[in-house]
Amino acid sequence: MRIVLDVWRQRSPREAGRFLRYEVPDLSEHMSFLEMLDVLNVRLVERGEEPVAFDSDCREGICGTCGFLVNGEAHGPLMNATICQTHLRHFRDGEVLRLEPWRAAAFPVRRDLVVDRSALDRIIAAGGYVSIRTGSAPEANALLVPKPEADRAMEAAACIGCGACVAVCPNASAALFTGAKISHLGLLPQGQPERARRVLTMGAQAAEEGFGHCTSIGECAAACPASIDLEVIARMNRDFLRAALSRREREPISTLSRSSLREPTAEP
Amino acid sequence: MEARPSIPTAFAPSHPRLDARIPSGPLPQKWERRRFEMKLVNPANKRKYTVIVVGTGLAGAAAAASLGELGYRVLSFCYQDSPRRAHSIAAQGGINAAKNYPNDGDSVERLFYDTVKGGDFRSREANVYRLAQLSVNIIDQCTAQGVPFAREYGGTLSNRSFGGALVSRTFYARGQTGQQLLLGAYQALMRQAAEGQVLLHPRTEMLELVVVEGRARGIVARDLVTGTISSHAADAVVLCTGGYGNLFYLSTNARGCNATAIWRAYRQGALFANPCYTQIHPTCIPRSGDYQSKLTLMSESLRNDGRVWVPKEKGDGRSPQEIPEGDRDYYLERMYPTYGNLAPRDIASRAAKLVCDQGRGVGPGGLGVYLDFSDAFERLGRKVLDERYGNLFEMYERITGDDPHRVPMRIYPAVHYTMGGLWVDYDLMSTIPGLFVAGEANFSDHGANRLGASALMQGLADGYFIVPYTVGDYLARGGLGRVDPSQGPFRDAEAVVAARLRRLLEVRGTRPVEVFHRALGNLLWNDCGMARSRGSLTQALAEIPRLRDEFWRDLRLVGTGEELNQDLERAGRVADYYELAELMCLDALEREESCGGHFRVEHQTEEGEALRHDDRFTHVAAWEWRGPGEKPVRHEEPLVFEAVPLQARSYK
Repeated sequence: MRIVLDVWRQRSPREAGRFLRYEVPDLSEHMSFLEMLDVLNVRLVERGEEPVAFDSDCREGICGTCGFLVNGEAHGPLMNATICQTHLRHFRDGEVLRLEPWRAAAFPVRRDLVVDRSALDRIIAAGGYVSIRTGSAPEANALLVPKPEADRAMEAAACIGCGACVAVCPNASAALFTGAKISHLGLLPQGQPERARRVLTMGAQAAEEGFGHCTSIGECAAACPASIDLEVIARMNRDFLRAALSRREREPISTLSRSSLREPTAEP
Repeated sequence: MEARPSIPTAFAPSHPRLDARIPSGPLPQKWERRRFEMKLVNPANKRKYTVIVVGTGLAGAAAAASLGELGYRVLSFCYQDSPRRAHSIAAQGGINAAKNYPNDGDSVERLFYDTVKGGDFRSREANVYRLAQLSVNIIDQCTAQGVPFAREYGGTLSNRSFGGALVSRTFYARGQTGQQLLLGAYQALMRQAAEGQVLLHPRTEMLELVVVEGRARGIVARDLVTGTISSHAADAVVLCTGGYGNLFYLSTNARGCNATAIWRAYRQGALFANPCYTQIHPTCIPRSGDYQSKLTLMSESLRNDGRVWVPKEKGDGRSPQEIPEGDRDYYLERMYPTYGNLAPRDIASRAAKLVCDQGRGVGPGGLGVYLDFSDAFERLGRKVLDERYGNLFEMYERITGDDPHRVPMRIYPAVHYTMGGLWVDYDLMSTIPGLFVAGEANFSDHGANRLGASALMQGLADGYFIVPYTVGDYLARGGLGRVDPSQGPFRDAEAVVAARLRRLLEVRGTRPVEVFHRALGNLLWNDCGMARSRGSLTQALAEIPRLRDEFWRDLRLVGTGEELNQDLERAGRVADYYELAELMCLDALEREESCGGHFRVEHQTEEGEALRHDDRFTHVAAWEWRGPGEKPVRHEEPLVFEAVPLQARSYK
């Protein structure tokens, strides 16, 4: 089969980008979408042209590395799947597809379809953990967790951190991502001691990074390849309200600066 | 550096540093004893030491977080855009631990025994025993972090069975155990990052190890976004960079997984142990065409309820539902009645190859066998099975377009894991002082075959519970002066790295890197894959240098080194694969026996099982680099089996 691609090409964060059209003939419907891009890149290099930069790693939908918009849809048309798990049999022969990177102020474009998602790491660093030192854990079965709660925590913990929720949100909000971690830990007894602090610091960090606020549109949950439920945002909001009202410490919530987790690299 | 006492060994090693330094005393007390012998760093001085940890998978994230908690200054590197994406995340089935919660007779002893036997008596008893001991701490640690393991209705943790064991000792989080364990370690790492204990370097690839006065003192790395090459100095370096399965091009590894860090260390003097021990996993989705970029694993846990079969007759063209029970060969149940579908990976893979070679394989090219759930659906119902394997069924359907609820899965073996890796002593230190190696990157615990659900166990044992102690001991023994990353050996290493990149860019041939990698992978799969022979290995050893010459003559890269250039990254990795591939074939050629995943067709029993030659090969082969174009030197570390007497491995 044959696919026509309009691909966003942008050499660096400082240069302007534009769409370029590529015809990709001689494809098999059993190919994955990214294998089609591999084929395109081999052909481009053979012609001496720059290959399309795109992120991918595990290619089985779990690492969260891949992702871009296909005709405006995050990870393409398939529900609950990443683009690496999407095969060409879901497209028509000769179809024209427009590929562009995640669009959000907090996700600067690095090159072509590659964006910088380190803002998501900083949200986790702001409080998305249980403070437990290596070696200080109690016997695992000393802590009983009802199965329904454990299952719900697992559903929230399934987030792969790909950023699709941000890319499709008109507000570029990271509420689904942040809510998923807050729900995962908030549903478990292990997460209780830091529950109030966590929601305040992670929320503040998300705002600091330039993500917008949630206005309950729901695009995020529809686009999520890991089927994270919109309910996680409701849980986060409830925790936030409770924490904000009952906060004992009055000192301001501190956030991490964009460069604080790594030594700054010199831009060329 | 002050030497630490170790039991005198009867043999004189042919390499001065090839001494495992196993503590004396009975197996159960060795680790306790070792920890007591360790020197401690004054807590106030810990912040004066810098430790580099390369890789952020289970071993790397756990080590970096734990070292940070202890107060060391840690520099963490990964090629991914976030530490959370390291390939441990893709592990599906579970993690073993000798908790004996199901009350079915498990113990530290039994996990130890199963692992030594599973590894076909080619691992170090003392290391494996420690691994079994630490397994229980791992479950406690991860549970406390909030890892959402599967639970029973009473609220306790749930277990399932895995290959190579008759007890249920595998803990799991749906089919996403690796993801959840890694996120636990990643979150611990990010906590240390926020506290300033760990500095993160994502999208940064280690391209050289820097050795100063015989000790590992730093690395040279390339920022993959800007192309900037920089030096980083430290008092110790820990490599947690995973295995080298991507040598074969098609494997279950992630696209970016590579061997460059361990290969650079090898070229700097670290010995490489058992490179020929590769694991071919029996249950992967068969390849569908030449364009295929990777193979997807279907968790071994599926073999708990799925039954593996092929038609009894050659060339049976009927669809699986049309083949009556009597015309099916449930070959694992037939050949290995005790373990049945839960036979270990090497054995199950070889059996699949055997029936396909007989012409009884199914699907395109006859390269597949059925994994059938119809009995289990009848016995347990769809709801129960979907709870256990739902995401795996979905994943299979997404890739193949077939629904395993209606038709049996088709599976075929694929390269999955490498038991070989850099040689390490009991402290996980390589033959270069100050260079530690943890997780899949080292060779230590799995012998010639790894049991399912043991990789996660080993990565976390190394990262949480071994490296943080042994690195501290190394630092406390002193003798480490200051090094300046802007001078001498660092500058030289930077120049070497820059020259290598320039050389790749300046080939200006005609073929993209993808084409070269695929050709090498094909060659290795055919000649050094599931079945190896003197003939095939000799042929590969002649062919690889030819492919390498072609690569250096005809590679085409577009773009520069001063920007995000993904083909340049790959080319550097593939250049190293040619050298490692040669070492792998050489090791496979010299190991004139079959053991675990290493199957030499000349060495098999009448029934086609692996035939070891304990009199000649009860040892670790540790290879030493002697320079470009020189034949590497093979050293031996003898293996002694006291607790588990050497025996022919049987799963019948």
